Amino acid sequence: MLLIHCPYCEEARPELEFRHAGEAHIARPAGIAEISDEAFEAYFFIRDNTKGIVFERWRHIHGCGRFFNAARHSVSDRFVVTYRAGEPKPELSGEQVAAAAPGGKATPANAAAGVNGKAAR
Amino acid sequence: MTVAAPHAGANRIAGKGRLSPARTVSFTFDRRPYTALAGDTLASALLANGVNLVGRSFKYHRPRGVLSAGADEPNALVGVARDAARFQPNVRATAQEVFDGLIATSQNRWPSLAFDIGAGNDFVGRFFPAGFYYKTFMWPAAAWKRLYEPVIRAAAGLGMAPKEPDPDRYANRFAHCDLLVVGAGPAGLAAALGAARAGRRVILADENAVPGGSLLATNEALIDGVPGFDWAAAVVAELSSKDNVTVLPRTTAFGYYAQNMVALAERLTDHLARPAPDAPRERLWQVRAGKVVLATGAIERQIVFADNDRPGIMLASAARLYLNHYGVTPGRKIGVYAACDSAWAAAFDLKAAGVEIAAIVDCRAEVPTDLVARANDLAIGVLAGHAVTGTSGRLRVRSMRVAPLAGGGSREFEIDCLLMSGGWTPSVHLFSQSRGGLAYDAANGRFLPGTAAQDCICVGACNGTLTLEDALAEGAAAAGVTPPDAEETASMAGHLLGAASGAGPRDFVKAFVDFQNDVTAKDIRQAVREGMRSIEHVKRYTTNGMATDQGKTANMHGLAIAAETLGKDIPEVGLTTFRPPYTPVTFGAIVNHARGELFDVTRRTPIHGWAEQNGAVFEDVGNWKRTWYFPRPGEDMAAAVNRECRTTRQVAGIFDASTLGKIEVVGPDAVGFMNLLYTNAWDRLDVGRCRYGIMLREDGYIYDDGVVGRLAEDRFHVTTTTGGAPRVLHHMEDYLQTEFPHLKVWLTSVSEQWAVVAVQGPRARDIVAPLIEDVDLAAMPHMSIRQGRCCGVPARIMRVSFTGELGFEINVPADFGRAVWEAVWERGEPLGMVPYGTEAMHVMRAEKGFIIVGQDTDGTVTPDDAGLGWAVGRSKPDFVGIRGLRRPDLAAGGRRQLVGLRTRDPRTVLEEGAQIVADPHQPVPMKMIGFVTSSYWSDNCGHSIALALIDDGRARLGQTLYVPMASETIAVEVTATVFLDPEGKRLDG
Repeated sequence: MLLIHCPYCEEARPELEFRHAGEAHIARPAGIAEISDEAFEAYFFIRDNTKGIVFERWRHIHGCGRFFNAARHSVSDRFVVTYRAGEPKPELSGEQVAAAAPGGKATPANAAAGVNGKAAR
Repeated sequence: MTVAAPHAGANRIAGKGRLSPARTVSFTFDRRPYTALAGDTLASALLANGVNLVGRSFKYHRPRGVLSAGADEPNALVGVARDAARFQPNVRATAQEVFDGLIATSQNRWPSLAFDIGAGNDFVGRFFPAGFYYKTFMWPAAAWKRLYEPVIRAAAGLGMAPKEPDPDRYANRFAHCDLLVVGAGPAGLAAALGAARAGRRVILADENAVPGGSLLATNEALIDGVPGFDWAAAVVAELSSKDNVTVLPRTTAFGYYAQNMVALAERLTDHLARPAPDAPRERLWQVRAGKVVLATGAIERQIVFADNDRPGIMLASAARLYLNHYGVTPGRKIGVYAACDSAWAAAFDLKAAGVEIAAIVDCRAEVPTDLVARANDLAIGVLAGHAVTGTSGRLRVRSMRVAPLAGGGSREFEIDCLLMSGGWTPSVHLFSQSRGGLAYDAANGRFLPGTAAQDCICVGACNGTLTLEDALAEGAAAAGVTPPDAEETASMAGHLLGAASGAGPRDFVKAFVDFQNDVTAKDIRQAVREGMRSIEHVKRYTTNGMATDQGKTANMHGLAIAAETLGKDIPEVGLTTFRPPYTPVTFGAIVNHARGELFDVTRRTPIHGWAEQNGAVFEDVGNWKRTWYFPRPGEDMAAAVNRECRTTRQVAGIFDASTLGKIEVVGPDAVGFMNLLYTNAWDRLDVGRCRYGIMLREDGYIYDDGVVGRLAEDRFHVTTTTGGAPRVLHHMEDYLQTEFPHLKVWLTSVSEQWAVVAVQGPRARDIVAPLIEDVDLAAMPHMSIRQGRCCGVPARIMRVSFTGELGFEINVPADFGRAVWEAVWERGEPLGMVPYGTEAMHVMRAEKGFIIVGQDTDGTVTPDDAGLGWAVGRSKPDFVGIRGLRRPDLAAGGRRQLVGLRTRDPRTVLEEGAQIVADPHQPVPMKMIGFVTSSYWSDNCGHSIALALIDDGRARLGQTLYVPMASETIAVEVTATVFLDPEGKRLDG
């Protein structure tokens, strides 16, 4: 069971409180009614499904109820960072990516806070 | 040698062990009574009583005895009962503590343990090679299901599962700590003590009842000048006295998950004669640890030689533990077969206790001189550079055959017990589960913890550490403290991997690698010969390591034999994956409280009690209990539903609609939000009016529907399907928070705040009107909503109809739901009103062609497909699903459309889900052009009715189609979806 840092509650909470909500940063196109079939396909059907860092949406459904975004490594399951909906996609440093990869050493700051910080009550 | 009083067991040696001879308990094994000492395991108690034969093997039904003294036991699996309902199969006798009244039974034998018919498999064993089932039962295919599988299933398996429900309770706890220490051996205790004294929050879990780990087996170790066992007891006493420490004996860490979450199974009552009746049997701990210290020790391996599985053949470390802790000797004339120094220590201790040692056979040509010197001192014969090449004895080992490795004549030794040690396998299970990498240590033939993937550290024997001093140092270092002083002479050095002498590729013998699954060295080699290259394939083909012990003693030998046969190094062949659980965990601990009534939430409406008192039958809809129908005495379901449908249309019916999902959409931008989330044009809905709304997904398919009332310019009362309420709110929140965050709207679930009393039928207004204040019902048009009072309580009154009749739905605060319902009932009953349930509701809505989302739609149905194209606002610039609806395939004609069906024989009721064809005479497989979505007998129509989704359905009105069933082909006519009152005249009463 993962610990997930909710950027609204500012606490790491157990996965049981959250629901996954698919890939992040796929904005509904403006003027969607008029977009081409190809643009609709790209928006609605095509997903990256990356092996490595994924940007994904979560909802703290049994907590504050807010949707937020996260960068997670899909092999190690390590979170790099979580951030509020509407904030820009963060630029991850090579160090951050390497740390999140399998065999990486560091634990992300906000996930570690959950172990030794607020959530660890 | 002195022998204790017979009641303690004939093999109990007076003055040896740490159990008190004064405290005895009684138990039975295969109905024979025995006496044990408090603190015995079932295995030590059976050995003390001279019982060596405890089970039969899985495949060949070979007689088997106790191999080990711990969690790794593959042979001594028994059924353990406390009473009729409390029976557990496949319990490891080496881990089960004896309690007064314990009832143990052997398994996998018939008619008795000593005489087992199934043992015939042993003599025809050459016909049961690896992959036997895969090769033999291949054809005919039909025979697999009817013949082979039932017979194999009946013959397979070890213990029988109990048939009664589990009467025990199981507890569950989440915990956090700074340091979780797994294993209370010397390394684990040193770590726990250091961290505890530094004030850190520590949890210490150990699978055994008594702490100490390897210290239990020795009397020689000294730590800080005291015997190791006493040191361990003192450390645990200090830890237990501290508020910042939780000590959990009898607790197995069985799974290591992400972010340092470790699952523990704590056994609370399985060792007690009379547990408190309300005490939980086990507790599941889900521990989130800042840091994990794995001090899980090492497991001794057997040696793979011919007939190495006879009762009385045992791991050397187990015998040493039985002697030094339990005061039990496993035999009176013992042979020792060693590839490892630690086996010698067992021989020395037994000899010193007065047991005869026939010889120490060591396959190493050179053994440490201090060991040989000590053997000489104790007058034990030593045969270095020799091997045990075979044994005899049917129900117990009687002799061993020993031959020099260099070649030459063999000698027979008469024995009643044979101890073996092929070296030690570090217990890297949990470390590997944590996704830590393993590194192969070729010099010592073992895998060791390599790169950690989480914040965890391995200390002691699981880290490959061979001496007590180093184990204590590692444990202390993990806590950042100075280790205690240690003195110990025994070493764990030396190993033998793979088949030993006399069990090679050309030796036609049974040399067991996996005792529990009866896998021999020959089977592994054969699997490789037949093309298995990866160890994962060898494992599945031979079942090596796939029994309940998960190959704790077997995996390394299997790997070594496969590697040798392939001519590769061990790391090239790979290692099978370590998966949770480390040892078997009961379903009870996992399921915990989530069973019976607590399995899931049960939601009941405020009117539930009235329905119960009035004989309602309920059905489950999501988590809700909904009234299905109200049978009167003598009525079956059909009669009740027919009556409810008829009376509602003739007089009136009352229906509990409280389960409908209800969401209040409020805010200055509420109408804009509704325009985006539903297909309909909400701008044109006046305050006080209702409209049937359709919600789509972005792909253009129907997601939910419901009636929406506009209470004010900025306030909508939205209803959803009963099952759809949570996902509809989730869907709305998703768009509000992430796509349309500029809209000022607040969403609130009010499903449980409003109870809904629906009254439908020509007399509905007459019944309801006298109870209503502040609202003129006669002035309410169809599809309108008013706020007023009903029976004196605030009410939202909607004039809506899911039956096609004049109808009102009265929403009142849930606490008043039953009182209002009863008041309406008192009014209506004398007029002939009936209560009706969901079945009549379904029939009546189908008579009117109203869809149920999820029944008449399946996630690929557009509004137009369902005949609801009118509900899509054509001039709207945007709504969720607008682009999806314009996809070429969705906009094209001839799609699968909802239509009505009438059977040629009006009494025939179609089966929901039945497939429809145009030509019943076409060859099989026929082309299916659609299927039945709803089907009922309609008493009001006097014939059966059905709804169906059919390709280009609306163009087929009047056509005859066919529904092929197993017994007959049913002819049906395609009709409109409305079967009753197509003009809608009944809406006005």
